[in-house]
Formats: sequence, C-alpha cells, structure tokens
Amino acid sequence: MKLIAANAHATGARGLNVINIANDADPRTLNLDGVERIDLNFPKFADGRAFSQAFLLRRRLGFKGEIRATGDVLIDQLVQMQRSGFDAAVLREDQNLDFAQRQFDRYQAFYQGDAVTVKPHFIADRVSTPATEGAAA
Amino acid sequence: MYQYTDFDRQFVRNRADQYRDQLERNLAGTLTDDDFRPLRLQNGWYIQRYAPMLRVAVPYGELASSQLRVLAKIARDYDQPNAQVYQTAQTTQAKLGTAKLPTGYGHFTTRQNIQYNWIPLDKSADVMDLLASVDMHGIQTSGNCIRNITSDERAGIAVDELVDPRPFCEILRQWSTLHPEFAFLPRKFKFAVSGALEDRAATHWHDVGLHLLRNAAGDIGFKVLVGGGMGRTPVIASTIRDFLPWNQILNYLEAVVRVYNRWGRRDNMYKARIKILVKAEGQRFTDEVEAEYRQIIELDGAPHTITQDELDRVSASFVPPALQGDKPDSTQKVVQILRATAENDVEFSRWLKQNVAPHKNPDLRAVTLSFKRLGHAPGDATADQLDTAADLADQFSAGEVRVTHDQNLLLPWVRCDQLAELWHAARKAGLARSNIRLLTDMISCPGGDFCALANARSIPIAEAITERYQDMDELHDLGEIDLHISGCMNSCGHHHSGHIGILGIDKDGQEWYQVSLGGSDGSTLSGTPVPGKVVGPSFGAAEVPDVIEAVLDTYRRERRHAETFIATFRRVGMDPFKVAANSVRQTAMAELA
Repeated sequence: MKLIAANAHATGARGLNVINIANDADPRTLNLDGVERIDLNFPKFADGRAFSQAFLLRRRLGFKGEIRATGDVLIDQLVQMQRSGFDAAVLREDQNLDFAQRQFDRYQAFYQGDAVTVKPHFIADRVSTPATEGAAA
Repeated sequence: MYQYTDFDRQFVRNRADQYRDQLERNLAGTLTDDDFRPLRLQNGWYIQRYAPMLRVAVPYGELASSQLRVLAKIARDYDQPNAQVYQTAQTTQAKLGTAKLPTGYGHFTTRQNIQYNWIPLDKSADVMDLLASVDMHGIQTSGNCIRNITSDERAGIAVDELVDPRPFCEILRQWSTLHPEFAFLPRKFKFAVSGALEDRAATHWHDVGLHLLRNAAGDIGFKVLVGGGMGRTPVIASTIRDFLPWNQILNYLEAVVRVYNRWGRRDNMYKARIKILVKAEGQRFTDEVEAEYRQIIELDGAPHTITQDELDRVSASFVPPALQGDKPDSTQKVVQILRATAENDVEFSRWLKQNVAPHKNPDLRAVTLSFKRLGHAPGDATADQLDTAADLADQFSAGEVRVTHDQNLLLPWVRCDQLAELWHAARKAGLARSNIRLLTDMISCPGGDFCALANARSIPIAEAITERYQDMDELHDLGEIDLHISGCMNSCGHHHSGHIGILGIDKDGQEWYQVSLGGSDGSTLSGTPVPGKVVGPSFGAAEVPDVIEAVLDTYRRERRHAETFIATFRRVGMDPFKVAANSVRQTAMAELA
C-alpha cells in the first residue's frame, strides 16, 4: 500500500484523471470511464462508509486504478483499508510512518474474504488441524 | 465446545500483540486518547465512572473450566483498583448511599459475556495476554461493530431444538471477527441465534435475530429478522426472509450489514441503530438487501458460501462429550430415588423444579447455578465462586458451563444420577438457590455504581427487592416473573422486555425510577415480544420495593388458579396494577411521566 505524507498529497495531480467521491455516494452510479484515481474520504476515521465504497469499487465494479484514502486516515486503520480495496492512503499530519509497517506484518491471514483476498480462510489454505499445545478443553 | 486451531490461537495472540502496541503508543503519548478510544473499545476496554471496565467475549456463552479458572485469576489478581481510585469511588458512591463497592469479581451480562470493573488500564495488555493463553479475548465486545454473538443457553441440548445453532454461531463469529469493511458501522450491531421452538435468546430484540429451522423439504435454513432493539426507541425486529438456505447466511448478512453501513444514520447517535433504518425505509430496506445479496451472488461469485466441509469441521467440535464412569441411569430406579428425596426435602424438590431442565439425552439434565442471592449484585461472581463453578463443571458437567442471558451459569452435561450430589455441592457454594426464572432471578445492569452512562443505580434497587422477597414459599407462590432493571435508557438490563421493568432516570441529580409492566422477551411464558408500558410518573428509590409489592399483591388478588403474573396482566389489563402502583407514591413527579 502506498503511504503518502499529508503534505505530499495533491488533489489534482499532473493531468491525472482523478475524481473525489463524497462518502454517501453510491459508486455504482458513477461513470468511471477513463478515471485513473478515486479519492475516498474519511471525515472522521470512525465513519466507515468509505470502506464499503472501496469494496464496491474494487470488487464489484473491478476498478483497476488507484483508490486513495483521504481525510482522517490513521495508521491503525491502514490494514482494513488495504483489505477493503484501497491501495494508497494520505496519512493525517500527526501520524508516524515508523509505526505503520508493523501493522501490515502482524496477521498472517484473516477469517473472511475481502476485496483483495477474495476467498475466506475456510476455503483458502484451510489449516484444520486442532491446536497442538495447551488447549482450553 | 469449539476447539481452537493453530490459526485461531495465533490470531488471538496477534490481536493481544496489536492491543499492546496501541496501548504502549497511547501511554507514550503518540496515540491520542481520542484516537485510542475506538481501538480499545473494540478490545472490550471502556473507561467507566472510576476505572476502566473490561468486557471479555464469551462466544455464544460457552466456557471451559480452564477458561473459568483464568477468569477467576483475573478477578483475584487484576480486578483490584489502587487505593486512591478505590477511595475516590467509595467516597463518591457513599454519598448516594452505596455502603461498599465490591472488588475482585466478574459480572455476567445479558449478552453472555463477563465484565470486570477495576482493572487498571496499564495492566490491560497483560490481561489480554492471559486471556489469549486460554483462547479468549475481548474482540468486538464494544464499539460500533458486530458484537459477540449470543445464542440459546441450551443450544445443543434442548429438547425442543430443531437445529444446533452452535456451529453456525462459530462460523458467524469467525466471519465477523475483524471484518475490514464493518469495523466502523453507524452504531453497535448485535446478532442472536436460536435453533429451538422456544426463544431463549431474545432474538426479536436484536439488530439481527436468526432462527434455524427446516423447511417442508427438510432442508436447513434461517429465518432472518432485522431491526429489533431497545434503547430510547424499543422496536421488535421485522422478518425480512422466511427461509434462507444455511450455506448462504454469510453472503446474506454481508448484504444486510453493507446496506446498514451505507444507509444508517450517523448524524444522531440515538437514531443510528439499524432498527431506525428498517422502520424508516420499510420495504425499501428489504428490497435493497435482497438486491445487494443478488449482486454478491451473481457479480461477486458468492465467496462466503459455507461449504459442507467447513460446517462438518466446525460441527465436529460440538459432539456431545463422552460421559465418565458407568452408563448413567435414567431408569425408573433413579427417577424413584429422586422423587423420594424430593418428597422428603422441599428445597431439593424446588431446586429440581426451577434449576434443573430436561435434556436431549434422557440420561442428562441442564442445571442452572443461581448467581442471584442476597449480598451480591445479580450476575456477580467472586474469584472463589468462579473457581468453584469450574470445579463443579469438571466434576459434574464434562468441564463446560454456559453463561446465560439471565446472568447465571448453566451446567449443560449433568448426569441425572448425580443431581443430588451436585445439589449438595452447589448449596455448599451458595449457588443452589431455587429461584431460577422467579422474581429474584432478576436481570440487572451494573448501573450508577460503576457505569459512566447510568442515570441511576441499579444494584441497590435489585438488592432492596431481593431482600424483601427472601421467603422461598412466597417466591415460589408468585411463580415465574421476569423482572428487568436498567440504570439508563441504553437498556443493558432489558427493562423493556421485563414483565416488570425498572428504568433509572436522573432528575436534577436525583435518582428516580420508571416502572413498566407487561413487556415480553418473546418466550412462550411471556408471549409475543413487546415493550412494557409505563405505569406513571417515576418513583423515588425508596418507593420502588413498595411499588413492586403493590403490583405483586394485585396479581395475587386477581389471578385465577395457577395463572402466571404475565397471563393475569394480559387478562385484566394495566388498570388495577397502575392504581396499586400509584397508591404507594409519596412524591409527585408528574413532569417525568
């Protein structure tokens, strides 16, 4: 995932065809022909509507360009952003990039499928052996 | 019980590591309190009136004795405030009249979880590690996300069960755990799943209620209810699907939650639950869910269709435990011995009647340990009592207990030839009061002694009523009554669904209580789910036990033969109860009506 410092984010960069979508819009109603980048917005990080928008864009509509998270973007939400279909994020000014990478390294896999790894864990790479040590009965 | 795989175990440990990383950044000042709040909430950590509160997830209420012992250890070693915190709390609450705040205990909740009230935040990551060591966590026990999934306390053992809900609960638990799209919904989101004829999970009162059943062809599926909830605006859930094939449930719920995430209100916290959306949109909501579901199937390729392999894998964890010792004997002989013992001992007889329930396996019974007794708040268990419950589970119930919706513990695998022995052991531990489903088996939230949201204290009200109804003859004569107490409109004590509901209200810094009658959780006893009706203006705390007594005396006067409280209420209506309740009023608070 491309992490962008707040001061390095340009809304209308160098002739790129970029659109901004308000977080209450249905992406399925938009004309995405020729669009290279879509900026989705988190007015507050706890307003999760853009996660569904990203999922619909990436997975339902098969959008191939960049989906960029903007607004109140914090390192603790980066992994779920990536899983929902974002591939770039403009971090809020006070965020420390040094702490960001270890968030991506923590989990080897997740239970449910998402916009990137389509199949859920129970279908992909099923490890069905019961735990081997110190189990709760 | 579900057996964790290596993957499950690693996942919970990773989550504990992640939480420690966040806590350390918060304590170091690089993660602000505001940014940390939603993260700690989704691990079960609230900051309450005086100290943090931890809510530990107990998925669909099932606990192993080894887990109970760790919960006991947490109560004993960590549910201990430092002297200053405790003194501040005790001094402040003493002004309201609370004599002594308990420490070193756990509290069972209506959503089958367990909470602690005093763990210092700087020890919170250590507690998460301890929980992870026995496959436990606090994931999504708070926050605006999919919460712990609740179910029938008799899942897998009920005689009226159509389909065992536990494998589906576990599959739902895994699907909803750290779902990337649904971690920041408009508001909290609660599932309850039932697979029996009797609804023991208050499914109509949940954001999503699921009923497992078989259709005419014998296929297993779900009836899907959406939009139930309590709070300021009590709403009974609407059925949006009569039958959904079992293997489509995740795809369908993805559609429900996605529509809610997109459409749910975020401008007003009190209108953000899905119940408001379902009410406002009506058929349009259902149509949108169905359209979204079709797109998930047709365009996304139905990725979360549950495979038979996965259902089989998970179901394998839920085979009934092998019973130890001789083959248990439910024959005439045992029944006769039980009956003879019961005839000689009215207390044992009452315990068999109230605390012992029939079982799918005729050799077994389900036994409820009562955590409703004088001197303890409803659903509170000390560290020693948690250990004792673990011992009883090992000795009598294949090492398993269930946390019940009514805030007790149920032993699901008790041999009927060991009932007398269990009764003696439970009695010695103070957990054999024969009040299950009776008046004093009340539901109560922690209220204003602990909770920052509460408008009034719940525990002293519960205590005053418990104190007044100590006579077991009287209690059994009154019969089965749901008394539910909440300390505020958030309704954690489910006052809306009580036959008698009590709601704490704050008026100019004073504690007042609104009493409602005739609510139903949707069980056979209680009838069609419905919120209770308020009897009139609020009462002062001291008046509440008198109001309850007046209401119960009215019932005794009006009832016919063995008619229950709720049946009498339905037949004669509100008026005589209202008159009786208001006759004990000493103060007028008409403006609060």
